[in-house]
Amino acid sequence: MSEPLFEIRDLKLHFPIYGGLLRHQIGSVKAVDGVSFDIFKGETLGLVGESGCGKSSCGRGLLRLSEPSSGEVVFDGRQVTALSHKEMRAIRTRMQMVFQDPQASLNPRMTVSEIISEPLNEHANLKRRALIARVCELMDAVGLNRAFLNRYPSSFSGGQRQRIGIARALALNPDFIVCDEPIAALDVSIQAQVVNLLKDLQEQFSLTYLFISHDLSMVRHIADRVAVMYLGKIVELADTELLYQRPSHPYSKALLSAVPGAVASRRADAPREVLKGDLPSPANPPKGCNFCTRCPHVMDICRTTEPELKAVAPGQYSACHLND
Amino acid sequence: MPPRGLASERNNHWLPHPYPGVGFTDLRPLLKETDKMSNSHLEKPTTAGIHASAPLFEVRDLETVIHTRSGTVHAVNSVSFEINAGETLGVVGESGSGKSVTMMSLIRLLASPPVELRGGQVLLGGEDLLKLDEGALRDLRGKKVGFVFQDPMTSLNPVFTVGFQLMEPLRQHLGMSRRGAHDRAVELLALVGIPDPARRVDEYPHQFSGGMRQRVMIAMALACDPAVLIADEPTTALDVTIQAQIIELMRELQSKLGMAVIWVTHDLNVVREIADRVLVMYAGQVIEHGPVDALFAQPAHPYTRALLATMPRAGGAKQERLRAIEGMPPILTEAPQSCAFRARCGHARARCAQELPRRQPLSNGHDVACHYPLREVAEHV
Repeated sequence: MSEPLFEIRDLKLHFPIYGGLLRHQIGSVKAVDGVSFDIFKGETLGLVGESGCGKSSCGRGLLRLSEPSSGEVVFDGRQVTALSHKEMRAIRTRMQMVFQDPQASLNPRMTVSEIISEPLNEHANLKRRALIARVCELMDAVGLNRAFLNRYPSSFSGGQRQRIGIARALALNPDFIVCDEPIAALDVSIQAQVVNLLKDLQEQFSLTYLFISHDLSMVRHIADRVAVMYLGKIVELADTELLYQRPSHPYSKALLSAVPGAVASRRADAPREVLKGDLPSPANPPKGCNFCTRCPHVMDICRTTEPELKAVAPGQYSACHLND
Repeated sequence: MPPRGLASERNNHWLPHPYPGVGFTDLRPLLKETDKMSNSHLEKPTTAGIHASAPLFEVRDLETVIHTRSGTVHAVNSVSFEINAGETLGVVGESGSGKSVTMMSLIRLLASPPVELRGGQVLLGGEDLLKLDEGALRDLRGKKVGFVFQDPMTSLNPVFTVGFQLMEPLRQHLGMSRRGAHDRAVELLALVGIPDPARRVDEYPHQFSGGMRQRVMIAMALACDPAVLIADEPTTALDVTIQAQIIELMRELQSKLGMAVIWVTHDLNVVREIADRVLVMYAGQVIEHGPVDALFAQPAHPYTRALLATMPRAGGAKQERLRAIEGMPPILTEAPQSCAFRARCGHARARCAQELPRRQPLSNGHDVACHYPLREVAEHV
């Protein structure tokens, strides 16, 4: 593997909860609660988990779209968390984001060319002709017809809108893109188109992706390594095939067995592991291991001591007391 | 999606619910009372008796059009299928393929105008639902036909407690006492696996998680022991772990209560798990239908095959590149005269543009609407 592009150490994002008579802080939602990982140049790191486990907050924390409460984010040798506002603005050109909902993340009153050229206007200072040429180039890259330059987002389908979002993210030649559930709002046949496009663009522009998704089968297809998050913490981080062939953490196992079709023709054989209950509240996580309330293999130690993320095999890390 | 907004515009019911009548009306057959129990069994033939005679629920040549400002859209074109008690029929297709409009047409949940049911028959126990008047239909919705909607966040009324929404029809239509209805609501919540139902019955929908809300929706749909349960993408808005819970729950309830389930989804992997038979829809038409194993092993329509190929799998070998279906499904502004899939089809020939393919039988219970059905075994399995 090449050198790391991102080094994240003990990143925390806590959102305060205000309440009481004077609206003082009465607690905090621990959306991301101490995660550490590296993202290597040119790879796709998948980030999976249930809704509310902090995957999106984690992605936003990397770009400082949400301000981290503590921890370090080092991007290409520079400490992102220590940068001033002005420095941050400059470095953001190298890290971009593709949002989940192409309906909500595009301004309905701006034309496609305005949307795609907005980052260029902000950062690149191009002449009008060069600007249009660049927009057309980007539209070609994502497979949109140049003739649609002056149309509004409303005249595009979901898949095409997501292509506009991708073109906008590519406008400033970034090194790194956070793809925050880019395909969740799309139909299956369209999902495949967008995922293939993302893979092609990665090759063409040597991009690094953080691919956030709850669709495990799609993550397997696009990611080189996968981090599994549960309640603000990474419970397992492994090379994709290792994770899918032999998951180590009980939560990863349950998550994988929940994917329909993972166990072909299930009627006859043993039932899958169905997790009981819901995700606990991140404002009040359980003591010890976060997963102890739903874990089928829970032991006494799990309720008191928090497990650490440790190597269980080359290229596979897991945070579980069962590994000891 | 036009139907939802339109349906609620029409709604004059004092309880603002997007689908008036469904899951709320007429809960006459109370499971607990034995005499009524036997009555409901008369209405609902048992699995043993049904296969010999006509199917429990039969749809014949259903045609639905929607009149919009920009013209008439032919949303459902000659859809036919049948389902027996205790059976699960999976209905799959992309968004816009007419799955939801078909299901809502069955019990006339769509506002008319702009929706017009042009023709066809929907037979439940020999009775044509399309000929019933509004009153008889209200009696039937939720009683014989239960409906679970896609989005549990918007299908429950946020200003009433879950218990109230479960109790309201019990009291309104059965004349049950507050206490009796309350007890029944608690039982229903327990039936769908909500922990501590006696306490949660008095909570509001926002106090429930997405999976729990979907369980409440299922409890409402089951309240009157329906013969047919239509579940329109019941797990699409949920996480995979919760989806697994709901699938297990539905499977369990079906074996306990023996209803026929129509499960609409765009997720082929879900269908593979739950369905006995599968109906594949495209452009408002049934393009392939068959037993789940036969259909997955040997998909005969190029669209079914392409749809299967786009799905990445969590198990088995990893594919290098996903195969996508290029292009978009068509919007039919007139009744189809030729194959609707031909523009995106890799096997299209001249005949496909001239003649509408009709459903033709392939093997036992497996039929396909294609002039040139694919015969070889699919490579994806």
